[in-house]
This record gives sequence, structure tokens and C-alpha cells, in this order.
Amino acid sequence: MTELVAELADYDDAVARYEPVIGLETHVELGTVTKMFCGCSTVFGAEPNSLVCPVCLGLPGSLPVANRTAIEYTIRIGLALNCSIASWCRFARKNYFYPDMPKDFQISQYDEPLCTDGWLDVTVDENVVRVGIERVHLEEDTGKSLHIGGATGRIHGADYSLVDYNRAGIPLVEVVTKPVPGTGAFAPVVARAYVTELRDLLRSLGVSDVRMEEGSLRCDVNTSIAPRGSGTWGTRTETKNVNSLRSIERAVRFEIERQAAVLDGGGRVVQETRHFQEDTGTTTAGRSKEEAQDYRYFPEPDLVPVAPSPEWVEQIRASLPEFPAARRARLQREWGLSELDMAALQNAGALDLVAETVAAGAPPDQARNWWLGELSRRANEVGTDLTTLPVTPAQVARVSELVASGALNAKLARQVLDGVLAGEGSPDEIVAARGLAIVSDDGALLAAIDQAIAANPEVAETIRSGKTAAAGVLIGAVMKATRGQADAGRARELILERVTEPS
Amino acid sequence: MAPTELTRMTAAELAGAIASGETSAVDVTQAHLNRIEAVDGRVHAFLHVAPEAAVAAAGAVDARRAAGEPLGPLAGVPLVLKDLFTTTDMPTTCGSRILEGWRPPYDATITTRLRRAGIVILGKANMDEFAMGSSTENSAFGPSHNPWDLSRVPGGSSGGSSAAVTAFEAPLGLGTDTGGSIRQPAAVCGIVGTKPTYGGSSRYGVVAFASSLDTPGPLARTVLDAALLHEVISGHDPCDSTSIDAPVPPVVAAARQADVSGLRVGVVAELGGEGYQPGVLARFTEAVELLESLGAKVTEVSCPHFTYALPAYYLIAPSECSSNLARFDGMRYGLRVGDDGTRSAEEVMSLTRAAGFGAEVKRRIMLGTYALSSGYYDAYYGKAQQVRTLIARDFDAAFEQVDVLVSPTTPTTAFAIGERTDDPISMYLADLCTIPSDLAGNAAISVPCGLAPDDGLPVGLQVMAPVLADDRLYRVAAAVEAALDQRRGHPLLDDAKGLKGAGKVGGDD
Repeated sequence: MTELVAELADYDDAVARYEPVIGLETHVELGTVTKMFCGCSTVFGAEPNSLVCPVCLGLPGSLPVANRTAIEYTIRIGLALNCSIASWCRFARKNYFYPDMPKDFQISQYDEPLCTDGWLDVTVDENVVRVGIERVHLEEDTGKSLHIGGATGRIHGADYSLVDYNRAGIPLVEVVTKPVPGTGAFAPVVARAYVTELRDLLRSLGVSDVRMEEGSLRCDVNTSIAPRGSGTWGTRTETKNVNSLRSIERAVRFEIERQAAVLDGGGRVVQETRHFQEDTGTTTAGRSKEEAQDYRYFPEPDLVPVAPSPEWVEQIRASLPEFPAARRARLQREWGLSELDMAALQNAGALDLVAETVAAGAPPDQARNWWLGELSRRANEVGTDLTTLPVTPAQVARVSELVASGALNAKLARQVLDGVLAGEGSPDEIVAARGLAIVSDDGALLAAIDQAIAANPEVAETIRSGKTAAAGVLIGAVMKATRGQADAGRARELILERVTEPS
Repeated sequence: MAPTELTRMTAAELAGAIASGETSAVDVTQAHLNRIEAVDGRVHAFLHVAPEAAVAAAGAVDARRAAGEPLGPLAGVPLVLKDLFTTTDMPTTCGSRILEGWRPPYDATITTRLRRAGIVILGKANMDEFAMGSSTENSAFGPSHNPWDLSRVPGGSSGGSSAAVTAFEAPLGLGTDTGGSIRQPAAVCGIVGTKPTYGGSSRYGVVAFASSLDTPGPLARTVLDAALLHEVISGHDPCDSTSIDAPVPPVVAAARQADVSGLRVGVVAELGGEGYQPGVLARFTEAVELLESLGAKVTEVSCPHFTYALPAYYLIAPSECSSNLARFDGMRYGLRVGDDGTRSAEEVMSLTRAAGFGAEVKRRIMLGTYALSSGYYDAYYGKAQQVRTLIARDFDAAFEQVDVLVSPTTPTTAFAIGERTDDPISMYLADLCTIPSDLAGNAAISVPCGLAPDDGLPVGLQVMAPVLADDRLYRVAAAVEAALDQRRGHPLLDDAKGLKGAGKVGGDD
């Protein structure tokens, strides 16, 4: 099936005339040690089909037993998203045939989700958007198909397919938002900010490693548009598997432009599933609503209902950590930062690193300067992000401490970091190995100072006449002579003593 | 002991003789293997016989006895397993082409418990495909025959197990009951069959037909043997979420007690009358009178919603089966049809299922798929679940008045092979009396109560007890069995004529 290249409207023009409504369905693989309904490991990247058993392979006769930790994690997520927790609910079977689904049905939840009706606040340009949460439910992941020989990597056109069932049965939580209207031109940014906030929240809860690149966080994005002021909502499309933050923003933007062009041309938006193309940033048509499957949901008879006691739910609530938004507000206050400073920290992905550096003993401004200054520059140079630089917050804190104590100056400190980044060891090891300690020994300094005075008699005279600022020239010479290792403060004191001494 | 004697003994007697050293488990096993060799060509109770594994298992029991190790109450006793319990050392086909030759990589919990108890698994029994049927005629591998009359069905779906036990090929059998699949074959073969309380026996490794109904249970020639086997397979299994974590009811003690004095017995008004074979009703009425003469207090009890049990069952069971049987798609195990490199996975799935499933299985998958479809769910599956609740309430109300309920197990005696295959509804009616207990999940047993005067074939008395009151079944059944055996002067199965002369063929009868 070939699809004509979609006509696109100009984005600014489109959002001036149409009001977008977005909605997100996010799948999160939980970080439990074992799978949802059996004891198999959930480790990522193992030999294909090595982490399987009769249960997650759906062999005849096998039965599921629900993982209590997965239920606890789901409740944690629900509570963190301000949801109500069901006192009694059931799993349901979602029936459809697909080779990567061992039982040809997925154990999921249908009309009785574990968590319902919550919200998550998202900040975009200092504005808070409250995103309603429709439901949070628990299900099992499917296996993973690898289609060989086709151009698209999809089953259509492939020569053959391989299936890895290691992923089958990994606990998966689906977080579904309510429709989010009223964000106008910001809709794509809000979508991205929501997933970012959700990801940070999930990470803080310790329930998932939330790695989009490994598929432990996956997003479907719903988008619709309607003429501004019409008071109606348009037909939505569901763009599947948008798997990076940047792609989420692009997918929404593209759909707004595409749908606006369709409506402008007198057409009608088709309710359908669409696929996001990473390379072009476009979406292409998938299954339409008219061909949609009937999943024939019914309560899973192999599992007993889930009935978390109020005591258990309260226990879980009491164990919740500080959420990212509250933590950000607290750190901003403690560190005395402006909104802008805070945004800069977050955009650089440095918030956690700075917090950990401060926790390791560094003053907040120092920690921030190191990560946003020197280390950001280094990360840029090698084309990586801060979190993957081979330096720990504790090491940065130590360097900062050495500077504060006068053992290092800024220049030497940078050399120490060079050593750390090169894998030469801890800051103290590098100071010792490279001989980078500041020279504050008077004897060594005086020799260099006397040399400097002798070489610059006119400067010495200027100082003697009372213009002590001129000492800087001599300090520079001393630094040069000591290859930067001189204690500048002590050198200054000695220079002033030396030039005023009666000779 | 002579081989004939060994195959005629009860499981309790065999275990005693093995424990005391009067005979060996290997001799007992060999005697039964000989019997199978002699008669199974005509009975066709077995889909797979495992002589080597059986003799090895028996040898292990003898070795343990020789070493002075304590043996369980059924150690060394042979058994036939319905071919839907997974076994690592034998195929598990469920009577279906789609699983022909499939060798599971794991043992069912019950298989494991049998092995641990020293019970010797002789082989796998024939059954209606995926346990859907009341005659074994839906087996892809041909029907089993009723040892009372080889032209008749042995009931189903656990008909292979009931036929084997009746034909003295094994003293014990295991079946599963979803709509009557243990009790109905037990009734028409003149043996004992129990459907324990749902969740009382583990379903892990039992290939599912209808998950909310399937209940594994024992088949035996005596009530005590059934109770002994009931006890071995029962108890909580952490691998089955629906398994009950509670003590096993004292079924063996109850079977030994065999006393109904003072027991309140309710006759279900709705299970009898029009449509029931007169000979069946005659024997049932006599059995009720017998209970009264033994000291039971008999009253009539109405369970008004039982009338709707059959239609509700034929929505719930097919709905669950349509989902449970989806996995048989040719992708991972079992039959695969049409995989010639040109066809899509969907086409191969479709061709495999078309070729691998029999007509009754397809019929039920279609019924269930329809009942669960969007727009029909509330009217069919939803409504059937409501009926199910009403039936359970009927039981609750009845058990406030009486300790057990009784009815005929089946409306008729064993019907002729081929008689009902063209009329699914008439086939479904064979489970009319047994289905209510499956829907409500309570315990029920079928115990022989004589031969129908009109055709000379066995009639079953069904006793139903509340959830987890399985012991009451055995009290009543054992009392009936003892009184009838005494009145008759010999065990009922001595009258079974279908295999007359089998001794000449096998040399041991």
C-alpha cells in the first residue's frame, strides 16, 4: 500500500486556526526482578529465549500467578499520580492472534483498572498544565518480533520473522491520560514535558529504569484538532511507539500540520493508528478504526481478583519518596536559584548531578559551575551528555573542596578533572601523581619572587610608590615560573613584603 | 498372587499387599500391563501406554520398601492419567490432532504428586478432544468403548479413564470435570467418580478447557479408593492462583465411616421427571429409599435456577475455551500446516487450526467467540455469569436445609456409539444433572446405584455437598456402596459382560 506524501499546513498558521487536543498512553516496563506471572528474570539483553518457562511461553496447562511486587509498584505509581486505588479489581484477557503473544491473548486490565482518576502537573515556560490521568493499569508485555528481509522492519514484506519471548510476561504498566485541551501552540511541548515529568517521577519511585532507548518506556500519542471556537473536538489519530522525547514533540507537531492540511482541503481526518518515522519525522497510516479488532475482553478466570487492603495502600503511600516537582522547588529554594537558573540546570540534565555533588559536600554554586561550565564543555566536545561523562559527583565535590582549601587553583583543578576523565584515578591520586599541589612553600616562592622583582624593577618601584595593584604583574611572572602551581595569595603577600623590605 | 487376582483387587488392597510384601509393585504393574495388552484393543481406553516407565516407577517403590522407607497409602498402585495432564515422559495430546505427539517439558502438579506418592502411571487415557464431549467420540483418535457393552460409549470426556478402570486395566484413573466429565463417565460405567470442590485440586499442568470450571478428580471402582486418590491429589498449590489454601477435607476417614444416620439429604426437585430414563429414575428412587432406611432424613428441595444451568454453561464454557484454545496456532508446538514459505503467519495459523481441531471444538470456539464479541457480551457471557450466581445461591439456600443433595448423575444410561453424534443438543443433555455443581464450584460424586431394569446398564447416584465439604460425599457414597454390595452379594462390576471371554485372549480373566 502506498500513501501519498502528506500535505502539511504551516504550523503557526495551523495552531492559529485550530485547537489541538492531545492524549498520551505510556507503557512502562516495571523493574521487578521477576516477570509478571512467573519466576523468570526480567534482565534486559540476555540471549534470545533464554529467560522463559512454561508460564511465560504460555504452554498448554500452565497458569499465571500474579507478582505482588508488580502490583505494589503499580499502586505506587497510582498514588504518585494522585489516583484512586481500587479496593477490588480483576485482570482481563485481551484476545488477539499474534506470533509474539504466547497465549494469543494478553493478560491486561480492562474495565477494572487498579488506579483511576488522577493528575500530573507539568511546567512549560513557567506555566503549570494539569494533565488528567484517566487510568493506570497493569498487564504483561508481549514477546519481541524481529522481521527479517523487509524494507520497513515490519512484518509486511519480510522474508521471515524471529520471535524472542524473553520480554513476554515482563510487567507493564500503562498510564493513560485524559484528553488535554487548551494548550494551543504548546501542545507538542506539553506532550514532551508530560512524558519527561512522568519519566522523572517513575524514576524517583524506583519502579522502572525508564529507558526509552531500551523500550522500557514507550509512548502512543493521540492528536486531534478542531477549528478554534467550534466547541467541538476533532477525530483523533493514535501515533504508535514514539520512542524518544524529541520524537513525541515532533509527532504531535507533524500530526497538527497534517490534520490541518486535511481539514483545509475539505477532507476528513480518519480515526486510525499511525506509525512515526524517526528518519523523516513524519507519521504514516496504519490500521483504521473500521478494521479495528474486537478484543473480546473478559475477566481472567485463571487469576483471583486483586484486592489491596487499605492498610497496605497507606503503607505504600507512607513509603513514597519526595516527588521530582517538590524536590525541584525545594532545591531551587535551598540553592537560591531563579526559575531561569533552574530551567538551565534541568535542560542540561544536570539537576541530579548537581544535587549529588552538593550532597557530597560541595557548595551549590560551585557544584553548579562545575557541571554547567567546565564539564558541560567537555561533554559537548566529545558529543555525550553529562550523565555519561566518566566523572562522579563525589569526584567533582572533592575537586571543589581542594580548590576551597587552597590546595588547588582553578587551572590546576581543571588539570585534575582532565586526569579523572582520562581514567587516571581519584582527584587525590591525580594531584599526587601529576604533582599538581599548589606551591605555598615560602622558600620555593621567594626564589621565584626575587627573580621576578629583579626582572621587573620598574614594577617593583610602582608597588613601592603605593600602587599595590601592580603586584598582579609580578604574580603573573611567579605563576609562569612555577607553571601555575604557586599559591597566588601567598605570593602576593610575599611580593608586598619583599618590595617594601629595606634592601 | 495370580495376575487375575491382582487386576481384580482394589487400590487399597493392592497397596496393602505391596506394603506387606505379599506381592511387589512390579508384579502389580506387570499384571495390569498384561491386562491392557489383552483387552485394550477392544476397549481403546489408552492413547499411550508406557510399560517401561511404569515398571521403572514400580521398581522404585519396591526398592524403597526394601530399604525400609515409609510408603504412602497408594504406593505401587497403577493409575491411568487422562491425556490432558502434562507428563514429561509421555506425550500429552488432549485427544487432539493439534497436539499429536507433543511432549511437555514439565509435569502437572498432580502428576508430580502422583509420582511422589509412588503411584505408577501406566499411560494416558483417551478423552473427548480438549475435554469437550460426553462420550469420547470427539477424540481425534477414535472412541473408547464401554466395558459393559462395547457398542456403547463409556461417557466423557474422561471416558478413557472410566473405561480403563471398569475394564480392570487400572484400579485408579484421573479425570477432569468441567460439566460432568468425571461423574457422567463414572455413572455410565458403574464406577465411582468425584468432582472435588473447585480449587481443591490443582489445575497447574492440566490443559485448560474452561478455567473457571475445570476440576481434576479421581475415578475408582470403590468409594475408599476414590477417597485415597482424592487425598493424594488435593491441597494448596502455589502455582495455581485459584487453588484453595485450606486443609483437605477428611475424605478417607469419611469413606471409612460410611454412616448416614441423622444426615439430612435433599432430593433436588428439578433434576428428575420428564426426559429421564424410567430405569434410571427407578434405581434413583430405590437409592433414596435406601438412604432413608440407613437413617438419613430425606426431604425434597427446590433449586429453581438449575433449569438454566445448561444454557448458562454453554455460554461460559465455550467463551473461556475460545480464549484458552487460541494458543494452539502452530507457531510454537504441535501441528503446523501450510508453512511452505509462501504463506503469512496468519494463514499458517488459520490452516493449522482448521486441520487440527475437530468439529465439536470448532463449534465451541465459535460459540464462545460470538458470546464474547463486542455488543453481545452483556446479553450472553454477562447474563450467563448472573445465572451462575443464582445457581450458587440456590445451592446456598438448599444447604441451609440439608447436608447433601442427591439426584441421578445422568438422565440416561450409556448410549450407543454414534447415537448422538449428529445431535449436539442431545449430547449436551447427558450433563444436565452434573453442570450445576460445576457452575457453583461445590463438590459432587457419582456412585453406582445398580443397573437400570430397562437395559441392564449401570446407573449413577449423584451426591452434592457444599464447598470444602467433600468428606460428606464419601460418607454417603460409602454407605450406599456397602449396603448395595451386601444386598447384591458381589461387586457390581462382576456383572459387566462386555468383556466376557477377555480372559481367553489375555489369559488372565
